[in-house]
Amino acid sequence: MTPKSIDIESFKKKAVIFRRDILETVEGAGSGHPGGSLSAVEIFLTLYGYQLNHKPQEPKWEERDRVIVSKGHVSPVVYTTLANFGYFPKEELKTFRKFGARLQGHVHTKVPGVEFNTGSLGHGLSFANGIALGARMRGKDFKVYCIMGDGEIQEGSVWEAAMTSAHYKLDHVCAIVDYNKVQENGPTNEIKNLEPLVSKWASFGWNVIDVDGHSIDALKNAFDKFSVTTGKPTVIIANTIKGKGISFMEGKSAWHGKAPNKEQLAQALGELK
Amino acid sequence: MELKPTPTRDGFGEEIVTLGKTNSNIVVTSGDLEDATRAEYFKKEFPERFFNLGITEQDVVGTAAGLSTMGYVAFATSFAVFLTNRAYDMIRMDVCYNNCNVKVVCSHGGVTVGEDGASAQCLEDFAIMRVLPNMKVICPADYLEAKKATRAITNTFGPFYMRTSRAPLPIITKEEDSFVIGKANVLRKGTDATIIACGVMVSEALSAADKLNAEGISLKVVNMHTIKPVDVEMIVNSAKETGALVTAEEHQMAGGLGSSVAEVLGLHYPCPLEIVGVKDSFGESGSPAQLMVHFGLKDTNIIDAVKKVIRRKKG
Repeated sequence: MTPKSIDIESFKKKAVIFRRDILETVEGAGSGHPGGSLSAVEIFLTLYGYQLNHKPQEPKWEERDRVIVSKGHVSPVVYTTLANFGYFPKEELKTFRKFGARLQGHVHTKVPGVEFNTGSLGHGLSFANGIALGARMRGKDFKVYCIMGDGEIQEGSVWEAAMTSAHYKLDHVCAIVDYNKVQENGPTNEIKNLEPLVSKWASFGWNVIDVDGHSIDALKNAFDKFSVTTGKPTVIIANTIKGKGISFMEGKSAWHGKAPNKEQLAQALGELK
Repeated sequence: MELKPTPTRDGFGEEIVTLGKTNSNIVVTSGDLEDATRAEYFKKEFPERFFNLGITEQDVVGTAAGLSTMGYVAFATSFAVFLTNRAYDMIRMDVCYNNCNVKVVCSHGGVTVGEDGASAQCLEDFAIMRVLPNMKVICPADYLEAKKATRAITNTFGPFYMRTSRAPLPIITKEEDSFVIGKANVLRKGTDATIIACGVMVSEALSAADKLNAEGISLKVVNMHTIKPVDVEMIVNSAKETGALVTAEEHQMAGGLGSSVAEVLGLHYPCPLEIVGVKDSFGESGSPAQLMVHFGLKDTNIIDAVKKVIRRKKG
């Protein structure tokens, strides 16, 4: 299969739009998780804009690739992505976390394009494996993507599932770890060290691709490698920066789960060019 | 033909094979206890639809949830303690919150597990399963009912929890008895009080009713195989007819069948109630027969409760 081409500059422009939408959405709600949303922008953008086989107007299309957002608190980037790709009107982002809204605080299947309600960490990969096993039995060829946080993979359930993916040679499963190095109360590797992360996954029998998670080109190449890998599951370790793009949020655990106020929003939007 | 006492796990294991022959959408995950849960009968017949995921209960439940989204009826199986306790968050989030077509079927409920002792004797599963939205909870009373229950939950969409026994239980239902989820079965008619029981305690309830009948006390006996949704109509009508209720379950007194009946009475038709169950303690090693006596789960305990509740009724 010849990899598709990609217009990096237009993706970069879209990344700016995504970050603006994320910040406005979280500010509008008065709560939410900007840090891990901003770090995952390029991951979601490249996944949906380049890699994914999907039909936004037909979100339950049987042959669609599945995206399981295991780190369900990054609903701002998920909803921003889905709205920008036409799953629902962008206007609806203003209802985020409001009573009666489809856009629940953590990702919910009420929202077109969301496959699995999450919010408790360490659930996505087992679910993704189940879909992949079922798809194999049904003779379906679609792929299953599972997006996890780095703090999240401290959960033991992730490693239960990681063994299953490898044991059953689920080469249609692609896990993506948003390795932004910061969790709720500080640096991930001070709280509970994940290193050596690449060899950890490799030793579990995974095809590991270690990339700059803010490089559209690097992510594209990683997805291309996943697409031609057989016999084992793939994990993309996306090295990112928590709060990426906003000077006062970058690398700060304080912005894991806090909304900017109006002044902070104005400053943040001013930094996004 | 008279059936000898048989564990309800056997009913599950045999029936799921029968169902699997015509329903190719049935799949089973297991936490390496399929020999004990009897899910291995299915493994032998349909190895391509069976997944022993190793000793990873969270994964056993989560994978089943994922499988169900591909149109499968997914059975997640292990011991009751391991799935309902260790994998509780997966049952809550993956199965119930996502309303997946997953059937959590667990053997080794209650003290009749026997010699393995407290760590393997699940006494809180009804309580923690029935508080989960979307979840339905079943505990069959014998082998025949376990088969019918297995069929019923397979053919009804959505999350279910079903507890089966390791111990052989006397056969107290008949082939021709109906099994409808949420509809309790009346096994004896009576006027002085009603015993509402589930699982192994149904046969103890029948024994208690027979013994009390000899003393001139007339008891209605109800097999409440579905703990959730509990049969409200049956509870209220029994309260109206007999004016006093006793529940009996191989479970903590708190949170299970007795609590469920107490909720219904409190809301709809208050009347005296006694609860026979384990009194806020863990299990122990011993034979099932010894443990039933030790934990106050015998017909004699039900008889004491009936006499007490009738005294309270007369006030």
